[in-house]
Amino acid sequence: MPMFAGGVHPPDKKKLSSSKPVTPLKSPARAVVLLRQHIGAPAKAAVSIGDEVKIGTVVGRPEGFVSAPVHASVSGKVIAIGEFDTAMGRPGEAVVIENDGKEQWVELKETPSFMELSPEEIKERIKSAGIVGMGGATFPTAVKLSPPKEKPVDVVVVNGAECEPYLTADHRLMIEKPEEVVSGLRLIMRSLGVKKGFVGIEDNKPDAIEKMREAARPYPEVEVISMEVKYPQGAEKMLIKAVTGREVPPRALPMDVGVVVQNVGTTFAVYEAVRYGKPLVERVVTLTGEGIREPKNLMVRIGTLVTDLVNAGGGFSVEAAKVISGGPMMGFAMSNLNVPVTKGTSGILVLPEEGLFHADDFKPCIRCSRCVDVCPMGLTPGHLSVLAEKGHFEEARDHNLFDCFECGSCAFVCPSKRPIVQLVRLAKSMVKP
Amino acid sequence: MAAATEKGSRERELIVSVSPHIRGDVSVSRIMWTVSISLMPALVMGFYFFGLRAIGVVALCIASCVFFENVIGKAMGKPGTVSDGSAFLTGLLLGMNLPSSLWSVHPFLLHVPILGSLFAIVITKLLFGGLGYNIFNPALMGRAFLLVSWPRAMTTWLGPTAALMGVDAKTTATPLGILKEEGMGKLMEVFGTKQSLYLHLLIGQRAGSIGEVSALALLIGGLYLLSKRYITWHVPVTFLATVGILTWIFGGKNAAGGLVLFTGDPVLHLLSGGLMLGAFFMATDYVTGPQLRQAQVIFGLGCGIMTVIIRLIGGFPEGVMFSILLMNCFAPLLDRAVKSRPFGFREVKA
Repeated sequence: MPMFAGGVHPPDKKKLSSSKPVTPLKSPARAVVLLRQHIGAPAKAAVSIGDEVKIGTVVGRPEGFVSAPVHASVSGKVIAIGEFDTAMGRPGEAVVIENDGKEQWVELKETPSFMELSPEEIKERIKSAGIVGMGGATFPTAVKLSPPKEKPVDVVVVNGAECEPYLTADHRLMIEKPEEVVSGLRLIMRSLGVKKGFVGIEDNKPDAIEKMREAARPYPEVEVISMEVKYPQGAEKMLIKAVTGREVPPRALPMDVGVVVQNVGTTFAVYEAVRYGKPLVERVVTLTGEGIREPKNLMVRIGTLVTDLVNAGGGFSVEAAKVISGGPMMGFAMSNLNVPVTKGTSGILVLPEEGLFHADDFKPCIRCSRCVDVCPMGLTPGHLSVLAEKGHFEEARDHNLFDCFECGSCAFVCPSKRPIVQLVRLAKSMVKP
Repeated sequence: MAAATEKGSRERELIVSVSPHIRGDVSVSRIMWTVSISLMPALVMGFYFFGLRAIGVVALCIASCVFFENVIGKAMGKPGTVSDGSAFLTGLLLGMNLPSSLWSVHPFLLHVPILGSLFAIVITKLLFGGLGYNIFNPALMGRAFLLVSWPRAMTTWLGPTAALMGVDAKTTATPLGILKEEGMGKLMEVFGTKQSLYLHLLIGQRAGSIGEVSALALLIGGLYLLSKRYITWHVPVTFLATVGILTWIFGGKNAAGGLVLFTGDPVLHLLSGGLMLGAFFMATDYVTGPQLRQAQVIFGLGCGIMTVIIRLIGGFPEGVMFSILLMNCFAPLLDRAVKSRPFGFREVKA
């Protein structure tokens, strides 16, 4: 099987939560629905303070082509519209809804023959449901499903790698909702007019592979691929190489090699949106880490505060040193737990002080080549970090700086514990691509 | 409940830093100590054959290197570099690259290892910026400095007597020295058969620097480092293969001293001199070698070619040290010359 060169094997720590079924978390007393939960233009508030909303009411309208609507995730009254802290550190505009506890939905209509819908209708439903890439990149899905004519797509790949340590949200979805995920994939294939669909799953999830194979059995056009466990196997380019053998050139998109990739959670959301007309108002979040009392997988309303999640997990088991939105390799460390869950929040990871590495304690690069060996993009990360440290940003750019997607494999193996990703980000911010 | 957690989270500041939030367990000091440990078999063999003098020389080098790193390093404002083990390793390697004859009071030679350590740590490493910034291998620079400054003392070899301090060890020549000065015939005279020669070289029962004599012990240490992936095959294998092939082709002479192609003795060349020590432990130094694997192959090739040229044509019987130091100069250039292939990159055909 084709495989990218490099990669690392961090301890996967998935056992903490992988056997915990997805349970719904009580809807929050207040939902903070950010208007920007996707890449592209933020949505524009479509409600005013005092408006009554139901679950699924559009509270933010998309602005421009690359954008997505956002919906109320609880029923109740809009009590505030304004700046709110986010997991990324920067504040963002949000609509705050006070929950009336009535759990009233907008009218949803099931389409029993949803598989016969036209590609345009499928795309329209995905678009109006506000679906974005739920693996963390949050690119609006409808845009991904509208490739330009000169870039024909012939393969859809569902990303079930979930290569980040600790996270089990996609794993649980594949075990608990395999038919739905396969239906979602077939809908995406139909919307693109594609005849071949793959689900790529790392082979540390044999139960998910088995369930998904079973669900895919009636459909010869859908194939489940078992992939070697290696971080970052779930990175788009690495996944495409493992599943199709194709290599996406530097700075190109998957569609340039005829591929569209969708995350498991996204694929499930597509199914629910197309069949039931259900907008994206909730998602699976893995609450995990050695610092949380009861790790679990939760179905969480968008806009629920991280504080509420921590409480749902029984609070911190020891003093928490770091709380991360996402996984330990690429997630964001948060300074404030009063930030809302968004469409891209795959996990909340609580790490205790023990075993934590402090970033200010690093040594010079000793040119050991470990980063060169593990870089999935074939770059020289240590050298980039030295160039950034010295302020030679243009030279860093000439060493393919912008091909780095910040997977962190280099910093993970670095014996000098250099903050390579941080230095790369610094360099990226100082020069134009 | 929510309020309680909110309060709890406010009591302690959460740490915010850029990803990744977990790190592997290999550190600089772990690398340095592991390399030091992998040198132990060769060191023990050196101690066994050269006795207390050898222990004295190596201990003096380690103590001096650690001392200079600590005192001069601190004076230069580079704190905390002793604990990483790199000065210990430099001292160990320097000591292993010196003859045991330097442990001598009449004539007084004890300042020689100390000055070698000073040159290695202060001139070669600290003045160039400290760990990670030096261009040349510190231990080899220390040795090169001593070789040109005290050429007699540095080429006075005591025979492997397995003796203690008191015994007056006889001075003798190294196998490569004999080969260079008196030829293959004399070497066979000394060691008897080829098998006996190879066996002596493998075990280390021969004259030479303290840590270079036992090819077998060095091989064990080198394989250990390879198995732990602290080094890769690229430099040592190309270095050794190049020496083996070139000495086989160009190393043979007839009775009149004329070159006879393809009659050289590659095993003799591979097992003698400082080749095993150099190929596995000195040419593989991260800081002073190239970073890209393809560049490392060229680096090993260059080391091999230079070694053979010096051994077969040059004025010295051994060329490992100079060849590595010379290739150290080219390491950054080799990294530039070699094109790495970024993921998905295709050469555009014009």
